Amino acid sequence: MRLLPFLASAIITVSLVSLFNTQLPVEGSKTPKLGYFLSPQQGFWKNAEKVNTNFDAHVLANNLKGKVDVYMDDRLVPHIYAEHDEDAYFVQGYLHAQFRLWQMDFQTRVASGRLSEIAGADKLSIDKFFRRLGMVYGAEQTEKMINETNPVMKATVDAYTAGVNAYLKQLSPENLPFEYKLMNYQPEEWTAKKTYLFLMFMSYDLTGRSASADLQLTNTRDYLGYDLFDQLYTNQQDSLDPIIPRGTEFASATIHPKAPMNADFAYLHKKDSTAMVANATEAPEAPDKNNGSNNWAVSGSKTKSGRPILCSDPHLGLNLPSLWYEVQITTPTHSTYGASFPGSPAVIIGFNDSLAWGVTNAGRDVLDYYELKFKDSTQNEYWYNGAWKATTKRTEVIKVKDSADVVEEIAMTHWGPAMYDAHYQNPQSKGRNLAVKWTAHEASTGVETFYKLNRAKNTEDYLSAISLWKCPGQNFVMATKTGDIAIKQQGTFVARWDRQGDFIMPGDDSSYAWQGLIPIDENPFIKNPERGFVSSANQKSVDATYPYYLGTAASFPLYRGISVNKQLAAMSNITAEDMQALQTNNYNVFAEMARPALMKFVQMESLSPAAKLMVNKMNQWDLYNHPSSEGITIFKVIWDSVENAVWGDELAGSPIPLTKPEAYVLVEKMLKDSNFSVADDINTTNKVETLKEQVLVGIEKATLKLSELEKDNKLSWAAFKATRVLHLTKTNALSRLNLPIGGGVNIINATSENHGPSWRMVVHLTDEIEAYGLYPGGQSGNPGSPYYDSFVDTWAAGKYYRLLFLPKEKLKANEHTKWHIQFSKA
Amino acid sequence: MKNNTFKIPVSILLSAIACFAIGLYGALPWWSFMVTNFLIALAIPQKPWVSFLTGALGVGAIWAGLATGIDMANNHLLSTKVANILPLHGSYVLLILITGIVGFLLGGMSSLTASYLRKA
Repeated sequence: MRLLPFLASAIITVSLVSLFNTQLPVEGSKTPKLGYFLSPQQGFWKNAEKVNTNFDAHVLANNLKGKVDVYMDDRLVPHIYAEHDEDAYFVQGYLHAQFRLWQMDFQTRVASGRLSEIAGADKLSIDKFFRRLGMVYGAEQTEKMINETNPVMKATVDAYTAGVNAYLKQLSPENLPFEYKLMNYQPEEWTAKKTYLFLMFMSYDLTGRSASADLQLTNTRDYLGYDLFDQLYTNQQDSLDPIIPRGTEFASATIHPKAPMNADFAYLHKKDSTAMVANATEAPEAPDKNNGSNNWAVSGSKTKSGRPILCSDPHLGLNLPSLWYEVQITTPTHSTYGASFPGSPAVIIGFNDSLAWGVTNAGRDVLDYYELKFKDSTQNEYWYNGAWKATTKRTEVIKVKDSADVVEEIAMTHWGPAMYDAHYQNPQSKGRNLAVKWTAHEASTGVETFYKLNRAKNTEDYLSAISLWKCPGQNFVMATKTGDIAIKQQGTFVARWDRQGDFIMPGDDSSYAWQGLIPIDENPFIKNPERGFVSSANQKSVDATYPYYLGTAASFPLYRGISVNKQLAAMSNITAEDMQALQTNNYNVFAEMARPALMKFVQMESLSPAAKLMVNKMNQWDLYNHPSSEGITIFKVIWDSVENAVWGDELAGSPIPLTKPEAYVLVEKMLKDSNFSVADDINTTNKVETLKEQVLVGIEKATLKLSELEKDNKLSWAAFKATRVLHLTKTNALSRLNLPIGGGVNIINATSENHGPSWRMVVHLTDEIEAYGLYPGGQSGNPGSPYYDSFVDTWAAGKYYRLLFLPKEKLKANEHTKWHIQFSKA
Repeated sequence: MKNNTFKIPVSILLSAIACFAIGLYGALPWWSFMVTNFLIALAIPQKPWVSFLTGALGVGAIWAGLATGIDMANNHLLSTKVANILPLHGSYVLLILITGIVGFLLGGMSSLTASYLRKA
């Protein structure tokens, strides 16, 4: 009787297959389906690319108008030569998909609150956050406007979309990108809306900090009271070196924003009334505080060649696959090279054969909260100007893996969506009903700005291109072959009264509304200044004579700008190599100011021997954040510890985390005011601590930590900082960890732990353009490709690649050109 | 096929070829080789444990062999990463071994079941 063994064997076999065909839960995440994942013909092995892969191909597509030739160089940068503009964007979309499909898909899923769909209910609070913030709403506004009023942009985005989908269509299941196999889901068709969602995500990344900062500042003010708050979070920055040089005259203001009569009482001093609610959820990580950038252009008067040089290095999260993808696009109308966003057509930061451009974040406050009073739990009406006003409802359906859909009914007010209400709270929102008003909710032709910059020939073209730019506000720097340099802060900016929007505003009173948007002609702008350079490093763009309030000073890092301007002012006979050296410069101008300020309060004789040793080492440091430097590690640990000693007690009692005052506040206090009251430790009642005592406490505490670091061999700056380029899923095995690189916050080489120069570019506008650049990643998004992280080591070493920007015949013959992908009509 | 000395290598070979061939169709489930193994073991009567071994060796050899070839051409770039995602301390050798063992086990079980079915 063999029936029993048969049944047993059959059951075991079926169980085994199901086991290997299931995602097993392990420590809060899930394994891939192991049988599928390990299958050498379908699973991850298929993504292990031959190191000598030949990328030659012939692609047939019926959407094309003509022929397109793509030459890939040895860094896998495509040089696209198309007979028609739309064909070029079709091919750009195709190549973005071929090399970066998973990333494009993943980032737009995050932006549109669709992570739960692939990762399950754990991600619901993040999805709700983005839905309620109005990310999808904003993208829909843009899509609608472009479809109705802008046929050229519609055709451009449609061609790009068709390119992505042409790649998807020929993609067989076994060749799915690695991450789909790891997480077990499928790509979906690209749409124009996804491109707009991606751009919404950039708006969030660069202006969305207010979404958490406004809540934190409100809570901090409520906790400390306005007067102490205003001391610690002062908007005054004595050492500011603004983008537009001091003394420059501004056009007279056409809007005169006035604070409401009751602002002191009803807005600035408002008392905390509501308690925390029970159903608070976690908010996603706020955009990095250091999202910023450097850019500058020097005029021919300061360069060796007599031609301008432009530099741009956007500082963003360091990720694999990188946010950037290098490309050259050449058509009969234009020829452009630079860094593009997988997810969007055209070049974002780059140059063409006439001019170069770059961007840094403006940091202006364009997102505000208004507190609502609903009539009842239906949220059908809210109190406004002494009467009940009706809301409309917006339905967002969130699909959840292995679970039922979650439906969000969001009350829409004239301010914007009611982001926080009885259905959605986090610890910082403290039970309030809050509507969010954000310039990114307005339809925007941001894509067109880049489309036109790609084709710009001169300053007028540049100004016309950026005049369309709304959100996120940027400092657009420009230099032309004919010798012009210019910088303009452009975006939709609110004409604010002092401190308007730093805190949650009353939502029942129209006098708190935005009183106007600043006319474009009044935005800060400078062209060919006498000093021979223009620059920006996210500092305040203007001094106090500018008629509008920019937003809280914490949004404007102070020190990089001082460093850049000081160095540029001192330079002459500049070459492209000099500019590379400046972009990777590790000088710490913050420490230059802070160290002597701190030393004013250090009593060496009161320090322990170990602390004395550390302070001496700190004083011998040459002020450069080099990778091997120990002085910077000691300075940083001591400074942070002193800050904690000084501010910690004021903030520690709060049940929810409060924002720490900016570093410049303590430096400037130390420099001019040796006995300010905040130094007193409020936890001791019988004595008043002086700043000297607090500094002593701080240094002794720091010494303990520093001795630990020394024991672990982590005193060198690179070991301490441990810079990493993280895979978008934060999987360490797919990331690059512990990179030997200097720099840091406040340094021109702004490389901190997981953040820094994400695309370094130097463009010398000689007749044949001499350009250099790289980003910390690689052209392929496939972790199984040698091109996945091929630029990372070169980037960490502060070196550059010469960018190949050549006409077709010359490029074809260039020694670096390796492969040819032909696209023709099917 | 009466001669047992031929039956063993022939069924290993058949199982391997079928596994490879059906694996070329990416749209089919990854476990399609289990169906081919099942049919082969039905067609070639052998003792159950012999059936298990021939089916297991056929698939195991294809899986381990393909993985090894791919891995060498890739300079172990991806296998090292995956062997850090899975708890294998970055060892591509272990990863290839495990790939082979999974193929071996599933392939063998399928053939075993078929062999029992013949006799049931």
